[in-house]
Amino acid sequence: MEINLNDLLRKYKSHPYEDHKICSPHTGVVSFQVEEGQTVKGPSGQWLHKPGTTLYILEREKNPKRITSKFNGVVAELKREFEGQFVQAGQELMIIRHRLNKDEIIDKILREVLYIFPAPQRARYYFTPEVSSIIEKGEAKALTVKAGDEIIIMSLMKRDSLLPYDGETGVLYKVYFKNGDLLEQDAPLFGICPPDRLPFVEKVIHRIKTEWDD
Amino acid sequence: MENKNILDSGKYLVSLADRITYLGDIKGSLEWGNLQELLDKVQELRANLFEYPEKELLRRIDVIEGRVASLEEQVAKRLKPIEIVNIVRSPQRFTLQDILENCYDSYTELGGDGECNIDPAVVVARATITRRVKNRLYYHQVMVIGHEKGYGEEFRNGGCAKPWGNEKALRYMKVAETEGIPIHTYIFTPGSYPIEDYPGAAQQIARNLFAMSKLKVPIVSFISEGGSGGAEAIGLADIRLMGSRGYYSVISPEGAAAIEGRIKEGGKVPKELVEHCAAQLRMTAKDNLILKTIDRIVEEPPLGARRNDYQFFKRLRYEMIRATDEVVLQTKSFRAFRAYALKRQAQDQESVFNDEFDLHIKWNLSDSEKVRLLELRSKKYRSMGKGYKELRRPFIKTIERAVESAKQSYYDIRYGLLRHHSRNVQKLIEEVSSEGSVFFKTVTESMRAAYDFVFPKPDKPSERAQHDPFRRSIFVQEWEHYISPLANEDRTVSCPNAEKYGCKDLWVPDLYGEYSGVCPTCGHHFPLEYQWYLENLFDKGSIREFNSHIVSSNPLKFKGFDEKLKKAVKRTGRRSAIITFDAAILGIKIVVAMLYSDFRSGTVGAAEGEKFIRACDRAKTTRRPFLAYIHTTGGIRIHEGTLGVIQMPRCTLAVREYIDSGGLYIVVYDNNSYAGPVASFLGCSPYQVGIRSSRIGFAGPRVIRETTGTDVPPDYHSARNALKRGHIQGIWDRRDFRKNLFEALMTMGGPHLYYK
Repeated sequence: MEINLNDLLRKYKSHPYEDHKICSPHTGVVSFQVEEGQTVKGPSGQWLHKPGTTLYILEREKNPKRITSKFNGVVAELKREFEGQFVQAGQELMIIRHRLNKDEIIDKILREVLYIFPAPQRARYYFTPEVSSIIEKGEAKALTVKAGDEIIIMSLMKRDSLLPYDGETGVLYKVYFKNGDLLEQDAPLFGICPPDRLPFVEKVIHRIKTEWDD
Repeated sequence: MENKNILDSGKYLVSLADRITYLGDIKGSLEWGNLQELLDKVQELRANLFEYPEKELLRRIDVIEGRVASLEEQVAKRLKPIEIVNIVRSPQRFTLQDILENCYDSYTELGGDGECNIDPAVVVARATITRRVKNRLYYHQVMVIGHEKGYGEEFRNGGCAKPWGNEKALRYMKVAETEGIPIHTYIFTPGSYPIEDYPGAAQQIARNLFAMSKLKVPIVSFISEGGSGGAEAIGLADIRLMGSRGYYSVISPEGAAAIEGRIKEGGKVPKELVEHCAAQLRMTAKDNLILKTIDRIVEEPPLGARRNDYQFFKRLRYEMIRATDEVVLQTKSFRAFRAYALKRQAQDQESVFNDEFDLHIKWNLSDSEKVRLLELRSKKYRSMGKGYKELRRPFIKTIERAVESAKQSYYDIRYGLLRHHSRNVQKLIEEVSSEGSVFFKTVTESMRAAYDFVFPKPDKPSERAQHDPFRRSIFVQEWEHYISPLANEDRTVSCPNAEKYGCKDLWVPDLYGEYSGVCPTCGHHFPLEYQWYLENLFDKGSIREFNSHIVSSNPLKFKGFDEKLKKAVKRTGRRSAIITFDAAILGIKIVVAMLYSDFRSGTVGAAEGEKFIRACDRAKTTRRPFLAYIHTTGGIRIHEGTLGVIQMPRCTLAVREYIDSGGLYIVVYDNNSYAGPVASFLGCSPYQVGIRSSRIGFAGPRVIRETTGTDVPPDYHSARNALKRGHIQGIWDRRDFRKNLFEALMTMGGPHLYYK
C-alpha cells in the first residue's frame, strides 16, 4: 500500500470533518426544529437512553415522528426548501458536520495505514506474558510480529486459546485494549505497522500533533 | 444548679452543646431561637474553660442551661408533625444498638457483625430479656430483628434494608419458629432500599409478609421510624407498639410533597409543602393510635428519647415483655387473661412507673395455642385499616351476612363433605378394579353404575371445552365482538422499538382491532383499556361484579383529595380502583380482582384492600381459583396514609389463608405494577406472570435515582428482566392470555378447587 503523506494531510486539512447525511426514513411532511449552524448533540446517558437534539418532525398519517440526532456536530446544508413540504423516503435534509480533533484524525489515519487485528468473538483478551512484559516496559514498538505468532490469548468460559496472528509482518504500533478487557466481536485488538511504513506513520502523527489546531 | 462541680463543667458544656444541636435538628436549623448564638457561647466557654473564675463559669453555664431548658419546653409544647420527623431523623436518637444494650441482658448477633454483614442495615440477634417478679429474676430467650441506622456509619444505609437483608430477617424468623421463641422486631427504617437484584425489594417484602402472617410464635414490634413497605417487611406483628415521638407513614413527607406539588426531578420541594404533607399524612403515634394501625404508644421524653435516656429503655423493656405476655395469654384460657388484664389496668393507673411484674409467664405455646395465636392474628388484621365507605344500609348488611353464611355451609357440604366422601368411594372402586381385574369387573362395574347414579359426575371443564364447538374456539370468534375505542381514529402510530427492530408504522384501526394492540413485527404491547380484558378474556356474559358498594373515601381528610376522588369517580363511573367479580374462563368459574389505571392510577387504599380480601374469601368459600389481574397499580394510595400501608399485611394474610386452603392464586401484571401491592399481596403469589411489555418493580427510576444516587437502565423494570431475576414465572402475549390462563387453571393449584 502506497501512502502519500502530503495527500493524506491535505485531505484532512481541506475537510477536517466527518459528515453524516440526514435523510428522511420515510415519506412525510417535514418541519425543521434546528437552524443552519446550530450545534446538536447525539444520544447521551450511560445507556445512550437520552435521545439527541430533535432535528425535525416528520409527519405521516397524523403521526408526527421526532427525528433526533445520532451524532454530535453542527447542522450544515439544511434544505430549508423542504420546510412544510411532503418529501419522499431517503430525501437528504441536512448534514451533521462533526469537526474531527487531533486524536480522532490520528485514529482515523492509523486505521487506514495499520493492519488491525480484530477480536474474533465476544471474550476476554490478554497478551501472552512475554508480550505483556514488553508492552509494560514501553517497548512495544521493538516487537516485530509475523504471521503465525501467537501473542494474544482469548479467554472464554474458563478456556484459554492462543490466537495466531495472520496479517503482514510489522511492529506492534497500537494496542486498543487493556489486558483482561471484555471485548465485543470485531472490536480492534491491536494495529501492526510494516517496518518500511513506520517512519511515514510517525512523521504523519508528529505533523498532526504539531501543526493541527484543535 | 448550685451543686454543679467545676470539675464536671466540661461535661456540662458538651451536654449543652448536644441539647442545642438537637433543638436545631428538630427545628430544621440553628437560626430558630438564636440557637447558633447559644451554641457559640457554649463553644467559647469550652475553649476558654480555665480563663474564667469558678463562680463566673458556673453562673454562665446556668444562664445558658436555663435558656436551653426554656426553649426545649417551648418546642415540646407545640411539636409539629414535621418536627417529629426531624426528631426521628436526628443522629442523637436511640438506635437498635442502644435497645440491645439497654433492654436486653445479653445478645449474640446472627448473620453478620457490623460491617462484615450481608446487610448491615438489618440486625438479627438472639437475646435474653429479664423479668423481675418479687425480687426474683426470670430469663426469656427472644429473637430480636430490626433495622440499625448506626451512629453515622455509612455502611448501614440509614437503616434501609436491602432485599437480602430482609431475606436474612425471614431466615431467622423461621429459626425462632423452629425453636419456639418469640420475636421482637424494631422498625427504624425510612424505607426499603429500592433495588430489584434478586431476591428483589418488593418480592422479598412480600415473602416476609406471607411467612409472618402464619408464623407460629408471638411477634411484637416496636416502631420508631416506620417507612412504608420497608417497615412492613418485619412489621406484621401480634402487637404493634410505637414510640410516642416516632412516625409511621406511607411515604416520606418530602416524597408526598414532590408528588402533590408535581415537582420535577431534582427540583426543590417547598418547605411549607413538606410541612403540610407531614401534617396531612397523619404519621405521628397519636394519629396512628386513632387510626388503629398500632396498638399502644410507648411514652418517650417530651422531645423524644435519645441514646442516654435510660429511663425510656427501662420502660421499653417493660412494654415489650408486657406485650409478649399479652400475646401469649390471649392464646390461653379467658379467665387467666382477664385476671392478667385487670392487674395490668391497675398497674397502668399507677402514677409511678414500676418495672416489676406480678407473675412469671412462660412464652412457649402448645399446638392448640399456636392455632389460636394465628386465628387471633388473622382476626386482628382483618379488623384493621377500615377507612372505606359502604353504600348499603345496615339491614342489607345483615341479610348479606346471612347469605354469606348460607353460602359457606352450601359449599362446605357440596365440595367438602360430599366431595370427601365421593373421593373415598371412588378410590375404593379404583383399587378393587385394578387388583381384581377381570374377575371383579362385573361386580365393580355395577357398583360404579350405582354410584354414578347417586353421585353424578361433575361436568369437567376441560372436557366441555373439547366438545363444545363454540367454546373450543378460544380466540377468533369471540374476540371479534369487542374492539377498543382506541381503534376509532384514522392515523398511524410508531412502535417504540421501530429503531431496533425496524417495525413499520401501524395504522391505528389495524393495531387496536385486528392486532389486539400488539406490534406485528416485534410483539410490543401497546396499552389497552381494562374494558378490553373484561370483554375479551372471560366467557361472554359470565362477569358478575360484587362488593361495588364498598367505595373509596378520604379517611384522613387529606386536603384536596375529595376533589381528586370526585374527578376519578366522574371519569370512570366507578368508586374504587379495584373491580372484583365472578367470571368464567372456558367454563371454569373463577373469582377475579382487577386493579385498573383510570382510577387514581390503580392505587390501593382501604376500600381496595377490603374488596380484595372479600374477593379472596369468596374464592376460598366457593373453592374457585383466584385471579389478580393488575391492569396497573401505582402502589399504596398516599392520601390514605397508614390505612393504606396496613392493607399490605391485611391482604397478604387473606391470600395466605386462601392458598393454605388449597386454592389457586394467579397474579398477572400488565402495564405498570409498582410498590406496596407488588411488595405484599401480589408478590407473594407462587404464580406470577407478566403480560409482554409490562413493567414490574418496587420503586420507579426516579425514586431509585433519588434514594440510591445511581441511575438504572431504561429497561430495568421490564417484564423480561423481572423474569430473568426470577420475580415472575412467565411472560404471556395478550392474545394468548385466555388460552394460557385456562391451561394454568387446569394444571396448577391445590387439590381443593371445585373442579378438581
